[in-house]
Amino acid sequence: MNEIVISARNLNKHYHVGGGLGRSGQVVRAVDGVSLDIYERETFALVGESGCGKTTLGRIMLRLQEPTSGEVVYRGQDLTTLNDNKMRGLRKNLQIVFQDPYASLNPRMRIEQILAEPLRTHGYGTTAEIRERCATLLEMVGLRRQYLRSYPHQFSGGQRQRIGIARALANNPDFAVCDEAVPALDVSIQAQVLNLLRDLQDQLNLTYFFITHDLSVVRQFADRVGVMFLGRLVEVGTTEEIFAAPLHPYTMFLISAVPRADPHQRERERPILTGEIPSPMDMPSGCRFHTRCPFAQKICRVEDPALQYCGTRAVACHFPLES
Amino acid sequence: MSVSPAMTTETPDVIEEPSLLRDTARAFARNRMALVGLCFVLILVCVAVFAPLVSPHDPYRVALDEQLLPASTTYWLGTDNFGRDVLTRILYGARISLVVGIVPSLISLLIGTFMGVLSGYIGGKVDFVIMRLADMMIAFPSLLLAMVVMYTLGANLFNIFIALALVGWAGVARVVRSQTLALKEKEFIEAARANGTSRATIMFRHIFPNVVPTLIVLFSLSIPDAIMWESSLSFLGVGVQPPEASWGLLISRGKEYLFQAPLVAIAPGVAILLTVLAFNFVGDGLRDALDPSMKD
Amino acid sequence: MTNKIETAKTDTVLSVRDLRTEFRGDRGPVRVLDDISFDVGRGKIVGLVGESGSGKSMTALSLMGLVPKPQGHVSATRMDLDGTDLAKLSPDGLRRIRGRDISMVFQEPMTSLNPVRKVWEQVGEPLAIHQGLKRRDIRARVLEMFEMVGIPDPKARLDAYPHQLSGGLRQRAMIAMGLICEPKLLIADEPTTALDVTTQAQILRLMQDLRDRVGTSIILITHDLGIIAEMCDEVNVMYAGQIIEQANVFDLFERPSHPYTRGLLASIPKATEQRSSHRMPSIPGMVPNLAKLPPGCRFSPRCGDAMPICLQKEPGLADLGRGHNARCWLHLPHDATTQREAS
Repeated sequence: MNEIVISARNLNKHYHVGGGLGRSGQVVRAVDGVSLDIYERETFALVGESGCGKTTLGRIMLRLQEPTSGEVVYRGQDLTTLNDNKMRGLRKNLQIVFQDPYASLNPRMRIEQILAEPLRTHGYGTTAEIRERCATLLEMVGLRRQYLRSYPHQFSGGQRQRIGIARALANNPDFAVCDEAVPALDVSIQAQVLNLLRDLQDQLNLTYFFITHDLSVVRQFADRVGVMFLGRLVEVGTTEEIFAAPLHPYTMFLISAVPRADPHQRERERPILTGEIPSPMDMPSGCRFHTRCPFAQKICRVEDPALQYCGTRAVACHFPLES
Repeated sequence: MSVSPAMTTETPDVIEEPSLLRDTARAFARNRMALVGLCFVLILVCVAVFAPLVSPHDPYRVALDEQLLPASTTYWLGTDNFGRDVLTRILYGARISLVVGIVPSLISLLIGTFMGVLSGYIGGKVDFVIMRLADMMIAFPSLLLAMVVMYTLGANLFNIFIALALVGWAGVARVVRSQTLALKEKEFIEAARANGTSRATIMFRHIFPNVVPTLIVLFSLSIPDAIMWESSLSFLGVGVQPPEASWGLLISRGKEYLFQAPLVAIAPGVAILLTVLAFNFVGDGLRDALDPSMKD
Repeated sequence: MTNKIETAKTDTVLSVRDLRTEFRGDRGPVRVLDDISFDVGRGKIVGLVGESGSGKSMTALSLMGLVPKPQGHVSATRMDLDGTDLAKLSPDGLRRIRGRDISMVFQEPMTSLNPVRKVWEQVGEPLAIHQGLKRRDIRARVLEMFEMVGIPDPKARLDAYPHQLSGGLRQRAMIAMGLICEPKLLIADEPTTALDVTTQAQILRLMQDLRDRVGTSIILITHDLGIIAEMCDEVNVMYAGQIIEQANVFDLFERPSHPYTRGLLASIPKATEQRSSHRMPSIPGMVPNLAKLPPGCRFSPRCGDAMPICLQKEPGLADLGRGHNARCWLHLPHDATTQREAS
């Protein structure tokens, strides 16, 4: 494998909710003891359902949010201990592409201003050089340079997402978090943007941390996959391994729940998860999944299984499925 | 650089180069009410500046034999209790009322915006201190506050500005703060942070331009407020001193003769009404014109 | 229940012919729906699939009489809902039909429920409006419906407020509300788009189940071809305000005949397919602006198979047999001379 770009070490993010006026309130563990390594030039997909903490984890990796405890190590440096100034300097290498192409561009700035800002922040060069770089960036994501003077509202969702990508790549980063970067787009546009992301990865040696709930995209786009459930990383593996033989029952249900675009498969045996996701404020004891898991046994109710690595794979389950 | 050939075929509808000023002007010109309002405001400003040239009479000339005359060809709006021409006094009053309407509003807007953005974006202790200060301003009876300022500093125009700005900034700061809090959660702010943009730049280049439309509306609403405030202070004897004329003063003096000569109080009232309406139309027009998504 | 005894039940619940919807704008009318014709069989699930702006939601609103007036104008030669022509009904008549004979489930279950009213009151509202039942009877009926749509612990949930329910439960409640008057037709507009995959699977299964058990006829609006494949009997593919292909679900997936349908099917990432190092197939370009449609076929600027005639003349629907239609010159006879003139 390649060199590690960034790793999370025992990251926790706990929120206090309720409380006040003498009441103690409750603790929500949005991210709970997550550790993982991401290697150079790979696409690591983090999947999970809403509220599982995947977005929070992505923000913490870029230190857009502060963890409650734990370390984020980027090329040997612990980001969580850096002061604001040093962190700002590093931000040119660590980037993010946002989910909502409508909310992620300032409606009152022209495309040129949007693209120039990160360049100016990190002292890219003279005004003329910055202008030229903006034009290059725009062409790199497949838009014409004439649009530099336009405003975001003049573009479609797919085009805005391209502009968001151009902004993220302005300073040649080597690590980019893509937070639900394509699900908001139409299918035909989605494929265009994914192709673009992959081309750029090849050209610029990018590493992607790809946060999504869409497993079909993961299957086609990712090298490795991590599955999150209620703040915990429950399974890690290469894309082929995960889809061919999921070890965690939750992963299995997640994959089987994806509708297949083939009417002949509609009669297939398809296990459907029943019940509701437990409230993060009222976490079940033991394994968090045991309330919905058909394979749960006594120990699952008592002991929280740890994520255990075995080669490229890791699973947090007392009774992993047979592969 | 190789990208799929498909992408270059994408064409947004606009290719011509937009300019913020021209676009805004064009969008503004399309709004008829705003244009009418703007014309009225411009005329008013001219009249105020050139009051000595356009007034038919001397605003201070007392003619006790011509008290409370009804409207006539000599005195278009009649005369007041000292026999002074009401129209002339309204024209002169426009000078003070406009200045009192605009200047303190601008000052409180400036202070309020600065405090509000700071408080909302930085948060924490800064937020706490600024907001408690604002709470105090709001909780304190503002008329009393203004009166105290006027008494201690003396009753003149400049001190009216100070008094009104002191009363006005807190409200602006609250509105701006809540807007800032909402904007702070937007992804484009997070994108700026992710790029390492400094806090000052984020506040000035990202938050502020998005607050401007609100500020314009606040401004157009606070002008009539300030005009009314000035009249209250004048009425209580700590504002503009007679024989100077301001609209508020004219109304408060004129209302004693409401039954003998209604025009003395009603005419300046109508002047306030029209001015307030005109400013509101202009404000609405500007707000719409400044919204980039309204320009197509 | 309160419906009149139906004489001569046909096997079609809804039959739409030549539906057109226009919006008056600053620059003249914009036709957002053009020449929409389709049928919904009794007890069938019919899909409307397309990208944003293709007109699939507008079709639903036109059927429901919910197109905003006065800017919007709906016309059709026929919109026959089991013997009643919706096109000829007055606004009042439509109001009486809505919620009783035809009802709708929306995408966003949180915003379609009023946060300050108890769930059962809202779910039972159509009964109060259309059947004037007493509160006690409504409550009993809502409980029945909650059981039917599989809300766990239904008694306790009656008095809940919307925020106390999860997204999946809220959508179940919305479906219960849609079905409470036993409508002839349920329109589900992206009913699972806001939900997680595992919850989506539950809701889809519920809808299938309701169709099988109760015989509900459903129009399912979605952008997800996977959901279409899992759920629908018949499919209408929409593009730029028109139906460009309609077929039985198996025919559509086996023999997609319109280049747009083929492109759509090719560009879905398949959960069963491995990561490929090569590029994903995608449809170039983007959906046209309805106010500035290209001449000829609306898809022609993005179409790899475009011929000269495609850029000149709008194609009609070509009959490919077995109810399979495609709006494409590839399947229509056309005059070769037009082609030569163009080239």
